[in-house]
Amino acid sequence: MIRRSLLKLANPQLLALIGVLLINWLLFPNFFRVTWQDGRFFGSLIDVINRGAPVAILAVGMVGVIATKGVDLSVGAVMAVAGAVAATMVVAGYPAPIAVVAALAVGLLCGLWNGILVAVLDIQPIIATLVLMVAGRGIAQLITEGFIVTFNDPLLIYIGTGSFFGFPMAAVIALVLMVVVTLIVRRTAIGLFIEAVGVNRAAASLAGIRSRMLLLLVYSLSGFCAAIAGIIVAGDIRGADANNAGLWLELDAILAVVIGGTSLLGGRFSVPLAVIGALIIQAMNTGILVSGFPPEFNLIVKAGLIFIVLVIQSPLASRLAPPRLQPAAKVPAK
Amino acid sequence: MSIITKLALAASLATALSGAALAQDLTGKVIGFSQIGSESGWRAAETSVTKQQAEERGIDLKFADAQQKQENQIKALRGFIAQGVDAILVAPVVATGWDDVLKEAKEAEIPVILLDRGVDAPEDLYLTSVASDQVKEGRVAGDWLVQTVGDKDCNVVELQGTVGSSPAINRKQGFEEAIAGHANVKIAQSQTGDFTRSKGKEVMEAFLKSSNGGADICAVYAHNDDMAVGAIQAIKDAGLKPGTDILVVSIDAVPDIFTAIAAGEANATVELTPNMAGPAFDVLAAYLADGTEPEKFIITESKLYTAADDPAGEYDRRKGLGY
Amino acid sequence: MTDTGYALEARGIVKIFGNHVALDKVDFGLKPGEVHALLGENGAGKSTLIKILTGAYQPTLGEVLVDGVPATLNNPQHAQTYGIGTVYQEVNLLPNRSVAENLYLGHQPTRFGFVDRRKMERDSKIVLARYGLNIDPSSELGAHSVAVQQIVAIARAVELSGKVLILDEPTASLDRNEVERLFEIIVDLKKSGLAVVFITHFLDQVFAIADRVTILRNGKLIDTKSLDTLTRTDVVRLMLGKDIAFSGATKLEENRPLGEVLLDFKNYGRKRSVHPFNLTIHKGEVVGVAGLLGSGRTEMARIMFGADAADEGTVSVSGTQTSISRPTDAIAHGFGFCPEDRKAEGIFGDLSVRENIVIALQGKLGWFSALNRDEQMEIAGRFGEAMDIRAASLDMPVKLLSGGNQQKVILSRWLATDPAFLILDEPTRGIDVGAHAEIVRTINRLRDEGLALVVISSELDEVVAYSSRIVVMRDRELVAELNGENINPGVIVQAIANHRDGAPA
Repeated sequence: MIRRSLLKLANPQLLALIGVLLINWLLFPNFFRVTWQDGRFFGSLIDVINRGAPVAILAVGMVGVIATKGVDLSVGAVMAVAGAVAATMVVAGYPAPIAVVAALAVGLLCGLWNGILVAVLDIQPIIATLVLMVAGRGIAQLITEGFIVTFNDPLLIYIGTGSFFGFPMAAVIALVLMVVVTLIVRRTAIGLFIEAVGVNRAAASLAGIRSRMLLLLVYSLSGFCAAIAGIIVAGDIRGADANNAGLWLELDAILAVVIGGTSLLGGRFSVPLAVIGALIIQAMNTGILVSGFPPEFNLIVKAGLIFIVLVIQSPLASRLAPPRLQPAAKVPAK
Repeated sequence: MSIITKLALAASLATALSGAALAQDLTGKVIGFSQIGSESGWRAAETSVTKQQAEERGIDLKFADAQQKQENQIKALRGFIAQGVDAILVAPVVATGWDDVLKEAKEAEIPVILLDRGVDAPEDLYLTSVASDQVKEGRVAGDWLVQTVGDKDCNVVELQGTVGSSPAINRKQGFEEAIAGHANVKIAQSQTGDFTRSKGKEVMEAFLKSSNGGADICAVYAHNDDMAVGAIQAIKDAGLKPGTDILVVSIDAVPDIFTAIAAGEANATVELTPNMAGPAFDVLAAYLADGTEPEKFIITESKLYTAADDPAGEYDRRKGLGY
Repeated sequence: MTDTGYALEARGIVKIFGNHVALDKVDFGLKPGEVHALLGENGAGKSTLIKILTGAYQPTLGEVLVDGVPATLNNPQHAQTYGIGTVYQEVNLLPNRSVAENLYLGHQPTRFGFVDRRKMERDSKIVLARYGLNIDPSSELGAHSVAVQQIVAIARAVELSGKVLILDEPTASLDRNEVERLFEIIVDLKKSGLAVVFITHFLDQVFAIADRVTILRNGKLIDTKSLDTLTRTDVVRLMLGKDIAFSGATKLEENRPLGEVLLDFKNYGRKRSVHPFNLTIHKGEVVGVAGLLGSGRTEMARIMFGADAADEGTVSVSGTQTSISRPTDAIAHGFGFCPEDRKAEGIFGDLSVRENIVIALQGKLGWFSALNRDEQMEIAGRFGEAMDIRAASLDMPVKLLSGGNQQKVILSRWLATDPAFLILDEPTRGIDVGAHAEIVRTINRLRDEGLALVVISSELDEVVAYSSRIVVMRDRELVAELNGENINPGVIVQAIANHRDGAPA
């Protein structure tokens, strides 16, 4: 039993995360130093979980979509829309809780829209979500009328920059979301159905799985998660930046999911591993920032590291490692 | 060096002329304006200032938003030519591919003035270009810092713009020129913050970690105000006082930085004026009145603002411009 | 050259995938000028052995010898240079290129230095003539029948390799005449000294063409023998390791007292798919559906199950009229459906055997009444055992199972839902003899337990053996319903072939 859980820990994603963190430590010896300051933890490691939280939250939503053989390109734009809604509403004098709920509802609606395009109109996910990827940023710009809407609302700022028992609020939200979504998909049959639809939608339909409802659910969840990430990012800079909020983060989220071992061809998925994938990406980003490389090397260093991580997880590498039948399967233990 | 003096001369000439030029009348003139789009707050402000300037002068301004596409701009220019406007202002989205449409304008004897950015086309195809000097902006920021710190040692962290973009390259160069003769001021770390608040904040957080919790940082130089605003938040989160413990200097002079200056959290900003149209209208009035050929490159002023320059008032003046 | 007398030989081959031993010390020798049948149930290790002989897999232990000399075959292209060519069940040529191009694709430069289309087509003509094909080499390959394409594939393999020809189920999609023609060609090739490996599920064909036979079971070599010394029963016994009785039924199940009416389809149909049909199905009976491919039998099954919605007619379940426009409607009424195309519509390849079995039951239970792992294991184990599913573990991906075991998994999936009515579309196609017998046994058992079944099958002997009634489909229309004493395959063939004789019941 102990050996089994040890083996589970030794999955390639966790090893890759530890590897990246160790590289950071070599480049910047104080990387693991965490101090207590003004009622919160303070250190590069905290930055990794704090800055990684938005992509981790996106990945929690994205992993379900990708497991159904889909993809959601609109999450970055939905972040901008949700941030714009929350910011504009508090600036217009609405109470912050209402603004937050409205922003989440807008995110959910955006996701539902994607889901309808994919599940009901049968449009290919990459095209269906491209619509909102392009239009969403325009909508956000319309809401903010083109400028950065700054606010001083304590609740929104707390969501973006606050701390909970010393931990960054964003990271706490990401963790809670990950746990809740994991429990929902694994303690109900939803996870199994998502995988079934992703592996073989025709067979799923014949086996009596309502794949449309399922697709609506996963795209809605993705939109909802994007809205949470959008509120966090807006709260972080105390402003909604329609042009830049969430820009290209959809690609980071997709990458996080892939690093987390979910195939773009659908099927087996793991929410926690996708979150670890997001942390790997952020650990690289933070590492690059503290290491003092000239910024011209950022993209090359990142690409190189991602390449190494993906090679570690490639079928070739897993053939060299001891065989396991279900690499990504997570079944609730007894 | 001679070119720079010439440019500076042209700039002061343009400013000097402006009073007299106002007398020359553009009332009733029809002028087309092809704007790139509204990708940034500054761009939106440029559009609203241009409209405001045209209204003050009684100009009938035909406005066309190209939504970041050159083909739309070329279409707009051809439209203006067909309408027989008196002059055309264009903020070109890219530098190349303008020769044909500029020739058409020249044949129709319509003067074209470039705003904010240049083009790769023969100089005789347009009347003049009005733009800021990005190197100078960096230099003004650097000069301010050098004067402010005096003889003290000062480690500067730099938040660069998007890697490879011309404002990032030029503003870096200007700042480095300004601090070159001062061994006590040096750039300790430099990273890109992609001109955004959130990246500015994230990069500043990392700088604070790698600089002994911020104790080793004397000043932040940000290539735009948005990154500075993000950096200010990061400094506060680290338990330090921006503007006091760490000096903050940046470029653009958008409204939000004036709030920070008024609160003592930022120290200085260098203005990238959204008023490119004002000088353009001035030289145009002279040209249309008696054929006065303006300088080919008109450089706008790069004005420095600090807490001494009524930041609260500057904020109010800019708030409505669309930043 | 050591003279072993073998053109191609495998010695002591062991192949291990993960924890699974696919081949266990298998020897195989192929003589020039012989047709050597390779037999075994699905999962016995035939494909693995073939893949090793063609270089697609590397053996874990053991060696491959070509003309008595050890050879390392890196990949199928490399094997070709040793004279080993392969033709697969699905013709893997390019249907939109010309016949000549397909014959020489990838080899034009080495043969001609540059692509000389006219010479290529002239040569093709000569080659094709040797195979009795008088077709235009410049015509598109896809315009020809599967049989012709198959022969082109053989011609290509022989021209490019010329020593050993491996035929992996070449007859699966051919009709009787086409099979005979193929056999003539094989006999010619054999006379010219070629060594042929022949893999098939049809024992008749083995006895018609093969000289020797090698039988594998569970990854082990059972025997290699000359076919002269064997009877059909011997071969089956060797394959299965036990005697199975073939039901030699020539008439329908004796008329048993029919159970109550479960289903009543009236004028049920769908435009451009199936003409409206009438069909009443009782509890405890098997309705066999006969008809050629494309006769509308699969379409009929799909609208019964709601996979395609009917747009005319009515259906009653236990006397109550209802609507079945989605599979979920059908499943709610206790229907189950094993589709014809197992891979595309049946199995979830990457999911485990356990998940594949419980999925329909879970679908019935809904999102929120999830079966936990123990319950899943118990259900999968129970039905897996009842169906005799051969899997190393219930947690292994179902795609690693043989076709027959996959079919048992799908059947188990429906049995787990405690169905009242099962539709089986070609449940025994392309599966091995053992699984075949198991599925036939299950059909009989379910009928005796009172289930209603509709079974579509091309195997008329089989349909006759377990059906209470037979309906015949032709041109998307239910043309006849046969019951009574004197129904045998001959009568059914007549009904399929002749419109007038098939009087509706």
